[in-house]
Amino acid sequence: MRQLPRPDRREALRVLGGGAILLVWRPACAAAPELISALRDAFGTTVITEARVSLRLPRLAESGYVVPVTVTVDSPMSATDYVRSIHVFAQDNPQPRVFDAFLGPHNARASVSSRIRLAVSQQVLAVAVMSDGSLWSASAEVEVTVGGCNP
Amino acid sequence: MNRFGKIWVRLPETPRRGEILEVRTLIVHPMESGFRLDNRGKPYPRHIVTRFSCTYGELEVFRANLHPAVSRNPYFTFNLLATQSAELIFTWEDDETNQATHRMALELTG
Repeated sequence: MRQLPRPDRREALRVLGGGAILLVWRPACAAAPELISALRDAFGTTVITEARVSLRLPRLAESGYVVPVTVTVDSPMSATDYVRSIHVFAQDNPQPRVFDAFLGPHNARASVSSRIRLAVSQQVLAVAVMSDGSLWSASAEVEVTVGGCNP
Repeated sequence: MNRFGKIWVRLPETPRRGEILEVRTLIVHPMESGFRLDNRGKPYPRHIVTRFSCTYGELEVFRANLHPAVSRNPYFTFNLLATQSAELIFTWEDDETNQATHRMALELTG
């Protein structure tokens, strides 16, 4: 279990996020420019921290047409502290956005599963937006044998 | 053209009050991405499901915006805290404003 961040740290991040463009999400390889612009469209300049989100995908997908994905977020899902939305991005697809799911306290458990298309082997990113506006992420590398762009 | 097909929604068989239910949903739809080419190299026009939502009683409990990278026959699962016996309404919308709806009574025990 990860410890939740202290409010003072959260506040500091928010102050840092104001104004300047700060994308602290750093994948192993450089993020594609399409992903950077998709993230900026979705979240503006708010800081994204790599924690609290678990992204489950197969390491090896024989078919890129149907790749099962599960995103789970570590959150109490109480009336005052819950996950507002979960967003999935595939940076090397023709369009990086995959889906956006909107949740609330009535979901009790912040977990969403779906099946997605991956055009090529790539890194998939999941971002969770909390009720306090903070952003958290996880990423996973998927090896795709047959690309899912021409189904 | 409306290309919505069969709908499956799965819930636990005897849901109890206070239980966290896993809701599994699937609708048959081609999710034509707009990137697939015919044999003359011309792309098939995009035709996808753009939105899926679930209401429980009066409350919207889940919503998803879909992009072309969601697989055909879009499948979503989410969790739901069973608080009351009420109707669940599942709605899918495509990019041509067609809709498909599935209604289900959630009867709680205990």
